[in-house]
Amino acid sequence: MSKKLLMLIASVLTILMIFTGCSSDEGGESGGDKGGDSKPVAETWKDKDPSEIEGDLTVITHRTDIVDSVYQDYKAKFQEKYPNVNVEFEALTDYGGEIMPRMNTEDYGDVQYLPVQVPIEDIPNFFEPMGSLDDMSEKYLGVEERAVDGTVYGIPIAVTYTGIIYNKAVFEEAGVTDIPETPEDFIAALQKVKDNTDAIPMYTNYAAGWPLTQWEGAVTTTAGSVDYYNVDMLDDPTPFDEGDPHYEHYKLMYDVAEKGLIEKDPLTTDWEKSKVMMNNGEIATMVLGSWALEQIQGAGENADDIAIMPFPTNAEKTIFSLGADLNISINKHSENKEAAFAWVDWFINESGYSVEQAGGISAAKDVPLPEALAAGEEKGWEFSMLTPSPEDKKGLLDEIDKESEVGLWLEPNKKILIEAAIGNRDMSYDDVMNSWNEDWKAAYEKVTAE
Amino acid sequence: MFRFPDISYRNQRKIIIAAFLIVPMALLITFSFLPVANMIWYSFTDWNGFSEKEFIWIENYRTVFTDPEYFRVFTVSLYYFVGTFVQMAIALYFATILSFKVRLKNFFKGVLFFPYLLNGVAIGFMFLFFFRPDGALDTVLSAIGLGNFTQLWLGNPDLINISLAGTSVWRYMGFNFIIFLGAISSIPGDVYEASEIDGANRWHQFRYIILPSIKIIVSLNLILAISGALSAFEIPYIMTGGANGSMTFVIQTVDTAFKYGKIGLGSAMAVILLIIVVIVTVIQKKFFGEDD
Repeated sequence: MSKKLLMLIASVLTILMIFTGCSSDEGGESGGDKGGDSKPVAETWKDKDPSEIEGDLTVITHRTDIVDSVYQDYKAKFQEKYPNVNVEFEALTDYGGEIMPRMNTEDYGDVQYLPVQVPIEDIPNFFEPMGSLDDMSEKYLGVEERAVDGTVYGIPIAVTYTGIIYNKAVFEEAGVTDIPETPEDFIAALQKVKDNTDAIPMYTNYAAGWPLTQWEGAVTTTAGSVDYYNVDMLDDPTPFDEGDPHYEHYKLMYDVAEKGLIEKDPLTTDWEKSKVMMNNGEIATMVLGSWALEQIQGAGENADDIAIMPFPTNAEKTIFSLGADLNISINKHSENKEAAFAWVDWFINESGYSVEQAGGISAAKDVPLPEALAAGEEKGWEFSMLTPSPEDKKGLLDEIDKESEVGLWLEPNKKILIEAAIGNRDMSYDDVMNSWNEDWKAAYEKVTAE
Repeated sequence: MFRFPDISYRNQRKIIIAAFLIVPMALLITFSFLPVANMIWYSFTDWNGFSEKEFIWIENYRTVFTDPEYFRVFTVSLYYFVGTFVQMAIALYFATILSFKVRLKNFFKGVLFFPYLLNGVAIGFMFLFFFRPDGALDTVLSAIGLGNFTQLWLGNPDLINISLAGTSVWRYMGFNFIIFLGAISSIPGDVYEASEIDGANRWHQFRYIILPSIKIIVSLNLILAISGALSAFEIPYIMTGGANGSMTFVIQTVDTAFKYGKIGLGSAMAVILLIIVVIVTVIQKKFFGEDD
């Protein structure tokens, strides 16, 4: 008797739940597509006096490390200008992973970032438009990357560049006087470090994984052309052939690991500790973005020893490609859009976050360049943005990358590369590249055929 | 006026049963059945987590079953599977010993159960330090004169899964142990006394009294342990993230769904794992089933 009853309740409830679940889903979607009655808030909010703007703002950030210190100062300064806006911060450790499930509801903060996982064409379903691409690209760097149909939905919180962070004192001790410019010189320099000092020539941070993805940011330096990444690469179904920039680029990773110029046991590395070790001169080099410079300098007493150099390249020009950090954005369902726009405007133009906290430059074009960059330009380093993909191929690279599971910006394949280099896998460098090529080609054909 | 006792006994019973069941059922449905139903639905779509879902029938399942890559990772489960038996043997051994009269009995019980209370992430980090070159394990080996045996416990692809399975055994043994201990202590003491009079030694007592009495519990633990081996996740994910040949099926599922944005395909893999675990359990039921 009781068993039957239980079954009945269970099945009735299940059916009920499934139905309500489905219907609420559909309701949400159709409701989301409507709206957009008169002028967009992006244009109207500036007409108001700062003291007229009010509301409770929830700002989501990925900076768990400074949310209770620097961000509180930001809040205080922001409220001097906009006294009637109350700001609350919410810091997420794993921004990409945690925001995704929340985006299936309407509650993902008023101000957040455009998650890189969201396919570009879906951005308008979640975020508030900030202005036309023509207007915005005059004022800001890097807004074209995630623009949809000529409309901008996010502004980079900083523009950073990738290179090799190195310890000058270790290089000096090893007898490396000039900054190595080609891959051969670089390997020779690391060899000297290994022979003449106790420092680890290059620390891969294999265990944490994500530091390996930083290498991808310097591919343009190897290619020596700002057109390669978003334009030329899309015409090549097999971009990992010998001679292609990616092949040459990761060859360095493989060679360095194969020659034993990395840490002894990559499996047990520790990112937080690596910063301290580098500061103390126990590590000579790490491939990282400029954002890490400030963290490593702050990890000990030898801030002056830590500097960044361009990724070694055989190309004629040494290009530091400027890449956009996360793009700050506004929730389409926010009830305080005016306050949200005020925060975004203040954060990008006045907070100083991009230089002080992100180790890059500001996305706003009228904010002057920091001194370190100006000095680099004198040495002949070029700092330039990548050429964006042609309009009809927007998002294609990302789509092929996901479909193929090569993961240009993900670590699993780079880990395999290092495993192969240190002899844990029965694969040569060409075997690894061929497997990337095969996956890429299959995905390329599938995606372009659609 | 409506009074509860006016209702017939049968109906009273129904109402009370329903009232008591409604809370746990609602929780169970919201947090177990509904997500599973949703996952099964996703597994038939090409959803990426954000875009519109498109129904693509069994395309995801075909992808998984036609590519041997996806199943190769089950060989890693074999390490955990073997580890399971080691784990059960150790747990049974300690449970038996500690069910007899032993000095500091409760202290040892606590020590053995303690690892299970620790958080999995903490254990992962602990063992990461433990296995590090010149870490705790190497130091201990050197101290007892076995310095030549030190290895890259995680760096060596032939050893990594043994190291990880060992960690897993260390962590979950306490759980099996406590269940065995509970089962053994339910055996009445006079049975032992009677057997002693008949001249049984400790091994006889274990073989002919303890083991038969806790057979159901052993098989239950075995089912839990084997489905645990198939779905090993926490320890390898925290310690290596599936690198260097330690990839398990669940890590692969998580990567597929959340790193490559293929929620549909990932859901299909999860459904397949669910089915495999159900099949294994059914087989075991058949095997040990005669007592039910």
